[in-house]
Amino acid sequence: MPVRLPFRPRRDTYPPDLWTKCPGCSEMLFNKQLEKTLRVCPHCGHHFRISAKSRIEQLVDNGSFVERDDDLQPVDPLGFVDLKSYPDRLVAAQLATGLRDAAVWGLATMGGKPVSMCVMDFGFIGGSMGAVVGEKVARAGEAALAERIPLIIVSSSGGARMQEGTYSLMQLVKTMGVVERVRAACVPFISVLTDPTTGGVFASFAVVGDVNIAEPNALIKFAGDRVSAGTIGDELPAGYARAEFWFSHGFVDRIVTRAHLRDEIIALLGFLAAPPVAGVGEPVGGTGSRPRSLLSALTGVLVGENGDSRNGDSRNGGRGGETNGSRGEATRG
Amino acid sequence: MVDRILNRSHAAEAQADNVTAAVWAHVQQARNLKRPHTLELLKAMADEFIELHGDRLFGDDSAIVAGLARIAGRRLVVIGFQKGQDTEENIRRNFGLPHPEGYRKAMRVMDLAERYAMPVLTFVDVQGAFPGAAAEERGIAEAIAKSVGLMTRLRTPIVVVITGEGGSGGALGLAVGDVVLALENSIYSVISPEGCATILWRSAEQSQLAAVAMKVTAGEQHELGIVDAVIPEPGEGAHTDPAEAARLISEAVIEQLDALGRIPLDELVEARFQRYRAYGPFTVADRSAAPPERIGIADRLRGLLAGRANMPAFPGTRRGGSSGHEEE
Ligand SMILES: [Zn+2]
Repeated sequence: MPVRLPFRPRRDTYPPDLWTKCPGCSEMLFNKQLEKTLRVCPHCGHHFRISAKSRIEQLVDNGSFVERDDDLQPVDPLGFVDLKSYPDRLVAAQLATGLRDAAVWGLATMGGKPVSMCVMDFGFIGGSMGAVVGEKVARAGEAALAERIPLIIVSSSGGARMQEGTYSLMQLVKTMGVVERVRAACVPFISVLTDPTTGGVFASFAVVGDVNIAEPNALIKFAGDRVSAGTIGDELPAGYARAEFWFSHGFVDRIVTRAHLRDEIIALLGFLAAPPVAGVGEPVGGTGSRPRSLLSALTGVLVGENGDSRNGDSRNGGRGGETNGSRGEATRG
Repeated sequence: MVDRILNRSHAAEAQADNVTAAVWAHVQQARNLKRPHTLELLKAMADEFIELHGDRLFGDDSAIVAGLARIAGRRLVVIGFQKGQDTEENIRRNFGLPHPEGYRKAMRVMDLAERYAMPVLTFVDVQGAFPGAAAEERGIAEAIAKSVGLMTRLRTPIVVVITGEGGSGGALGLAVGDVVLALENSIYSVISPEGCATILWRSAEQSQLAAVAMKVTAGEQHELGIVDAVIPEPGEGAHTDPAEAARLISEAVIEQLDALGRIPLDELVEARFQRYRAYGPFTVADRSAAPPERIGIADRLRGLLAGRANMPAFPGTRRGGSSGHEEE
């Protein structure tokens, strides 16, 4: 039986209760066992939400992650008060998660190859994107650009953070601006969509990866239930807006279980590697007054990813799956 | 003494009520269906307008209109949201709520603008993208993201005019520009006041408070630096004199286009990128100050037993709950 305490901890790494009830199959799961299975139910495969730090530990080569900009601190630009003040909510979230805001970014290696990684933490105000989250996504992208290393973003977010008003909305533009540059420079971008990825995060960087990967059954959608409930009285069918729905509608390349996620990304990075110099592989020069590269980039937007030959160089072909071999049991589970 | 305090708080309350009422009246004004929308404005502003249809992928979205316009002798690509002015037109235009095809049509036409060296002018007036399954499954999120992304790098000047409701991501899909103007009675917000109230106040009844909290009015958005300039409206609002409203918009747009036209394209696109790169204030925490240590369960219990109401916190802040993202 779960022990009831006078407050509810949100951090998955320190639930006071020894047991967790699986929302997928209602089994009572022993927490220590659950940690060993990467917080995936061994009975039904339900993927529990995990913190950004746990996610990073599971993905990167053991001990390789170096966090950047952990000192970025959100502010309250609107003086926002609803039932609570925004500063109150921030402090509560900071205490509960040990983070200053809902994203962690840094440099690491995966299968020995350097990557720039940004991971969102749903435990911090629903992983919502305000100025700090947008800034971290942007900086992760810019580091990927500067180093010409792959960008990996793991999303779990309810969308834009309302308490920062239109500044939050502008984070969609900020992040997309950087992602467009990453794309134009032939720097790989792998987007991992986990439960949940909704609202303005889905409608910006999360949906436009070179490869989009989703965890099984992750809720992924633009319009929220409570938002659309006020407007449109649609009855939503079972499975609606889950990872498999997006797979069948062509917006997700692969659905990958947590146990395979690291190996899957490493395998992809064996194919997707930035050419050593910016612009290599793009048409050179061009006709008329307008650079050809922009037109081809535009065409890419309009017709989709296929037929793009800019990454045709396969120097790094083959499965770059050699790991450092020093990863803990739990992360290989 | 007590009376004075009470009086004062009554006065403050009354003032807050007045502010709320004024903001809500502003929201209603922004939503007035009689306001001129894209096609009405073009009729008044443009010497010539050729509407273009279809996204070349699935269909044509009647909630977003796009085409080639000649305004004050200048060739432009104009894209805008189109609500209906009566029930019949509203039904035909899906109440101005766009599906992905609208944004994909917009991108297609922006591509024309870049290739044929025409500036882009967008009119923004939308409650939000259509929230139903048809829009979702055809990738409304992808369409908005790509449109936003394209507008961050489009190699031609972009002027955005928020004419009514600037409603969240649905509006943003056409609202990235070198210059963002807003009509005096327009609003701009990250989520509709109703959506915000439903999530944060757990009640749509509190929409008025949400509108105040989000600072949705054109004037407030100007103060926040999201909107560059506010265009005054004639009389009791744009709907009372659409021709004059169109004239004022046209004047403001042409002035901006002329200024933008003098900027080399590389500089223009870089400045646009930097504009959006800079949005959103934050600070850098003092590392010598107490970091947000995760507190162990034993410490929490000890604190509670010792009667400490507050856990260690950042200076000047207190404890609270955790909610506030756009979706649940
Ligand atoms: Zn289960």
